Amino acid sequence: MAIALALVLVVIGSILFHLFSPWWWTPIASNWRYIDDTIIVTFWITGAVFAAVVLFMAYCVFRFRHHPGRRAAYEPENKKLETWLTVITTIGVAALLAPGLFVWNQFITVPEDATDVEVVGQQWQWSFRLPGADRRLGKSDIRAISADNPLGLVTDDPAGTDDIVIQGGELHLPLDKPVKVLLRSTDVVHDFFVPEFRAKMDLVPGQISYFWLVPTRTGTFEILCAELCGIGHALMRGSVVVENEADHQAWLQEQSRLKLARLPAAQE
Amino acid sequence: MVDVPLDTFGGLPPPEVPDVDLYHPKSWVTKYVFSQDAKVIAIQYSATAMSIGLLALVLSWLMRLQLGFPSIFSFIDATAYYQFVTMHGMMMVVYVLTALFLGGFGNYLIPLMVGARDMVFPYANMLSYWLYLLAVVILLASFFVPGGPTGAGWTLYPPQAILSGTPGRDWGIMLMLISLIIFIIGFTMGGLNYVVTVLQARARGMTLMRMPLTVWGIFTASFMALLAFPALLVGAVMMLFDRLLGTSFFMPSLVEMGEHLSYGGGSPILFQHLFWFFGHPEVYIVALPAFGIVSDLISVHARKNIFGYRMMVWAILAIGALSFVVWAHHMYVSGMNPYFGFFFATSTLIIAVPTAIKIYNWVLTLWRGNIRLTLPMLFALAFIVTFINGGLTGLFLGNVVVDVPLSDTMFVVAHFHMVMGVAPVLAIFGAIYHWYPKVTGRMLDETLGRIHFWITFLGAYLIFFPMHYLGLMGVPRRYHEMGEMAFVPQSAQTLNAFITVMALIVGTAQMVFFFNVVWSYFKGKPAGHNPWEAASLEWQTPETPPPHGNWGRELPVVYRWAYDYSVPGAASDFVPQNQPVASRPASDEDR
Ligand code: HEM
Ligand SMILES: [Cu+2]
Ligand SMILES: [Cu+2]
Repeated sequence: MAIALALVLVVIGSILFHLFSPWWWTPIASNWRYIDDTIIVTFWITGAVFAAVVLFMAYCVFRFRHHPGRRAAYEPENKKLETWLTVITTIGVAALLAPGLFVWNQFITVPEDATDVEVVGQQWQWSFRLPGADRRLGKSDIRAISADNPLGLVTDDPAGTDDIVIQGGELHLPLDKPVKVLLRSTDVVHDFFVPEFRAKMDLVPGQISYFWLVPTRTGTFEILCAELCGIGHALMRGSVVVENEADHQAWLQEQSRLKLARLPAAQE
Repeated sequence: MVDVPLDTFGGLPPPEVPDVDLYHPKSWVTKYVFSQDAKVIAIQYSATAMSIGLLALVLSWLMRLQLGFPSIFSFIDATAYYQFVTMHGMMMVVYVLTALFLGGFGNYLIPLMVGARDMVFPYANMLSYWLYLLAVVILLASFFVPGGPTGAGWTLYPPQAILSGTPGRDWGIMLMLISLIIFIIGFTMGGLNYVVTVLQARARGMTLMRMPLTVWGIFTASFMALLAFPALLVGAVMMLFDRLLGTSFFMPSLVEMGEHLSYGGGSPILFQHLFWFFGHPEVYIVALPAFGIVSDLISVHARKNIFGYRMMVWAILAIGALSFVVWAHHMYVSGMNPYFGFFFATSTLIIAVPTAIKIYNWVLTLWRGNIRLTLPMLFALAFIVTFINGGLTGLFLGNVVVDVPLSDTMFVVAHFHMVMGVAPVLAIFGAIYHWYPKVTGRMLDETLGRIHFWITFLGAYLIFFPMHYLGLMGVPRRYHEMGEMAFVPQSAQTLNAFITVMALIVGTAQMVFFFNVVWSYFKGKPAGHNPWEAASLEWQTPETPPPHGNWGRELPVVYRWAYDYSVPGAASDFVPQNQPVASRPASDEDR
């Protein structure tokens, strides 16, 4: 009988843990609240199924345990019951899938007015590139990489001359403005992951991947690498600062000024 | 359902098999070492796989020690941790579970359950084991080469797997790839055997739809493995070429530590597709035999036929087929074309339907049963709980957009340990408690078994259930230490320490099991031929343990399915498969 009790305890314990444990997601800082909502819906549906099936098992184990003289029922199949269960499950699964695909469609449809921001992964640090006044990023080419062009920018692309490059510093993003994050890597696969944004995407050498978001909360958030990229993987951290428009403009000005100040030195 | 056409056996060959048809071992060596008897090969496979399992368990302890009590164990640095993760993962999935289910249970049970004397190609069967052992030895050798084993993760993603930022880049990765290649060659010999034996060597009257679900599970899994492993084989060969010959199958132009490498034009994502084309079916290669075994354990120990047998068979086949079109759900955030997400999320969630049907039918088999709470039954129940839990979290990860925040976090680690780590291992334990009496003629000790059961079931649940919430918080997997993460509260470290302590306890409980297996072999209660009063064919052998050739002079004839339990009107509560029809009551002929 212990097992029937244990099954009930597993269900109750899991639910209590879910409700009362201090470990839960961090407050969201992007427009992907829909993802959170879908997770919540999924928790409810799957939690209900888990509780129902395991409690049913517990009941069966208790009610139909072996007694001398008892005989089990003989029932090879039950078409009607099996059909019903299949139909109900299909409906439940569709109910999960539909919102999932709906939100995925949003996730991969980048709004027209999104600003491009580039994130470059290298063993084991993050670099960033933001467009200048022309709002366009210049081209890059892996073959152009050298000691003083670590991101491989194509120098004769006019769109790139005003680009702001940040190496080993913080990425700054404006509040409430859509951003298209373009991801590329110069060596191995990395993954740009900011838990508060709920979004992540791999950086793959040889191609450019992307995702988009709208930061919705000011603050400084941690960037983690979420794809094994060698021994420095766990230490490959960075941070992203979300600030209001005025602060962001000031920061951009400052970065351009620093860049100009560095320029003569680089051309020597 | 118990369809027994009475005149089936008209044109079939006589039951006596001339003695020359069997290869008889002539010496101790051919009997126990280079044996061609599927049962001996099964035990060789199982013993080797379990030894590797112990090693993989120890590796998991080391990782857990580091995660639970970071910076106390200074020898577990990033390098060592990545080597441990990689070896632990690869060993568990390929060298333990695949080898144990197919090489171990497949070899022992298929011939006995379908009423054959042996596998159809005994010599290839023997080679299969020795190639497997060679693969294991090569894999273990990588612990002793300069630079140690590879730390590329069990997924071995290039480019990092063959670049110098990853441990074991010089020798480890090559030995890993070579070992996998040999494993696959060896497995193919075994796999062809299992499939052909089921198709060609069944006893008279053993129609496909009378086979126990264990055989269906192992058969389908073998078939899938024959289709899935080649993808890994070509992936491994091509990566070996990239590493050794400087080809660029998976390597684009890249710059490593400021230096331009001479690679160019290859695709890292191509490897991921090849890997997961193997890797996803692999999950079911491990799960389907477990499904089959659990179906049989529940039926025997609940004294009731498995509910909805035909649906169960179709569900196994549907899962097997569908699992070849879902692989890219492991790649939602890999940078592949995002429109794939729609297709793969849909196919993945469709698989949930046949999987759910299996679960319903297990619990409906319990309904109005006569449940004996034996050890195999306990493990089967525990399997269902863990499998449901892991299956349901699969609905999170399969549903593309929900996977975005969760992929590559500890949520994933918790999910796959529940569904393809703990659940199949519980099924294996149940199976061992169930079939050990047939293999040795003795019962495993009940008290030790119960200690083992309770610690393993509840302990494993306590390890992996809370772990989901670390992942939900955003803690990535494959981090040898969390370090400072602003969004992670201090208390998470306490949880990590708790998980580690549980892991040590659960690991230690396995020693009770191993002791039991050895001790009972000598001192266990004699079991007799059929201690569980089971109906399927393997319990009807004239001798226990069954000798070479299994059936004595005359092969069995099968008159019914494997699930005639508690048949109304029958004298006892089970009717063996080889009991002639005449003794069946006419009343349910019409089912
Ligand atoms: C109580 C037993 C076990 C414990 C405590 C355990 C623990 C762990 C730990 C700590 C990790 C590393 C997580 C990370 O840092 O990403 C891991 C990874 C893994 N484990 Fe287990 N494990 C156990 C049993 C199993 C079993 C039975 C399997 C069989 C499928 C398995 C398969 C894997 C795989 C595939 C990985 C991923 C390796 C990788 O990331 O490359 N484990 N396990
Ligand atoms: Cu990384
Ligand atoms: Cu998969």
